[in-house]
Amino acid sequence: MRNRTKLILLFILVVLSILLYGFYDIKGGFDYAFPRRMIRVAAMIITGVAISYATVVFQTITQNRILTPSIMGIASMYEVVQTVIYFFAGSMSIWILNKYLNFGVALAAMVIFAFLLYRFLFRADKYPIFLLLLIGMIIGTLLGSLVTFLQVLIDPVEYLGLQSLLFASFSKVKAELLYIAFGILLLSFIYGAFIMKKLDVMSLGRENAINLGINYDRMVMNVLILSSVLIATSTALVGSITFFGLIVANLSYQFFATYKHSTLILGASLFSIVALVGGQFIVEHILDLRTTISVIINFVGGIYFIYLLLRESRAAA
Amino acid sequence: MIEILGLTKKFNKKPVVDDVSVSIQPGTITSFIGPNGAGKSTLLSMVSRLLDADTGEVLLDKNNVKKWKSTEFAKRVSILRQANFINVRLTVHELVSFGRYPYSKGRLTDEDNRYVEQAIEYMNLTEMQDQFLDELSGGQKQRAFIAMVIAQDTDYILLDEPLNNLDMKHSVQIMKLLRRLVDELDKTVVIVLHDINFASVYSDRIVALKNGKLVKNGPTNEIINSEALREIYDMDIPIQEQDGCRICVYFNSQTP
Repeated sequence: MRNRTKLILLFILVVLSILLYGFYDIKGGFDYAFPRRMIRVAAMIITGVAISYATVVFQTITQNRILTPSIMGIASMYEVVQTVIYFFAGSMSIWILNKYLNFGVALAAMVIFAFLLYRFLFRADKYPIFLLLLIGMIIGTLLGSLVTFLQVLIDPVEYLGLQSLLFASFSKVKAELLYIAFGILLLSFIYGAFIMKKLDVMSLGRENAINLGINYDRMVMNVLILSSVLIATSTALVGSITFFGLIVANLSYQFFATYKHSTLILGASLFSIVALVGGQFIVEHILDLRTTISVIINFVGGIYFIYLLLRESRAAA
Repeated sequence: MIEILGLTKKFNKKPVVDDVSVSIQPGTITSFIGPNGAGKSTLLSMVSRLLDADTGEVLLDKNNVKKWKSTEFAKRVSILRQANFINVRLTVHELVSFGRYPYSKGRLTDEDNRYVEQAIEYMNLTEMQDQFLDELSGGQKQRAFIAMVIAQDTDYILLDEPLNNLDMKHSVQIMKLLRRLVDELDKTVVIVLHDINFASVYSDRIVALKNGKLVKNGPTNEIINSEALREIYDMDIPIQEQDGCRICVYFNSQTP
């Protein structure tokens, strides 16, 4: 089967899953339920595509297929921002109630954090990129501990509100924010159109890419920032979905078996929409909202991650 | 012309390449030889911009290589390093096509395809061009990478121990091919070699390094003699002539 055919099939699957989610068991007011469902679908498409895009390009520059950009502590920064707001200002403050403000502050904090991290630590000619990743991981853990510390001091009722904010969920997405997120996504794809072919070359590794005329170290920096912006956008919109990018990126590598990033990113994006819409369908209609989609994703993603680790270690042996 | 001027590189304050100046003569094969850890690969990496020098500079046509636009540089100088682990599944043909990236930016023209076909033919890879790299033996893979560099069609081809992993037959084939690239297509080849006899038989000039310092630099016949080799390798190496080739018979030499 050619890759174009596979993409078309996957696209049909996307349409079917959206239709199923949109029209399944609409009781009462169609005019009430349907637009609400479509807002969630839009949120799922935006986050799914953003995470897929970010993960594929991140894995290309790190030359590693079991890493996700969230390793850099970006998502922890999101938790820090929200926890600090709850701790110092409380749930009734303008920082929480004004959605634009909350979204903007969280997004800005994450992007600035990532930018500073790369700006000061990234010297590709001196240190390998894995040193940067390790430091990012350590900072992420530090931020996580800070969050836990503040959370145990917070008023328990407030804490419940905070927890529901931090758990990824599509049920409470704000429609107003979708336009902003969509705008960011669009800009990053316009940039992406310029670098798709460069990314293909970069998957040959640093030395071969430099040989072929890629300004490698600058590209790595740009792509790190690109993936951070994308992850920050999706996290600010719905919360952190750790394993998700990893699953869809690897499914795309397996399914399409190509080096072309245009195909890989598109494929991973389509997979992610099917998975999110399908997962949300299960959460809403089969589990009756007794859990959130991030729990399901982390469960399935965790199993797939173990499978990937086992396979990689067997390939290395 | 490539000129290396006073190049120094230190790792942890220890100089690995120490104030080396060499000019690469166009239209020749120049071999870099020397003991392990002499700094041959490091020197080659700095010439090809994979590594920044601490002091000194490398000039290509009188311009510092760092000032060159990276795509323009990639049309003039190509480098192939020894370790080539690739994370993606590629066929031989796809890999060789990447060699045309500096010209076509990923959208191959008919002319690009011609270069790719030619390079594949040159390296005897026509039959396996649709196989995936991870299905090939070490030697076949090495040839595929060399084919990529040939498709890149640069004036200067820098190779870091390209004979690693290759058996005698393929080693000879590759050295003969490099000779043809120089003699027929007027390319310039700079090659790091471990086997002194390949350097002796196939190269025009030899650059010898030891502990990061340049110890010899000259035409092959001036370097391949017992005296010069003693200085480079600290070994007494008898030389024997065979069909016009000078062979270093080092297998039974006394080592200090």
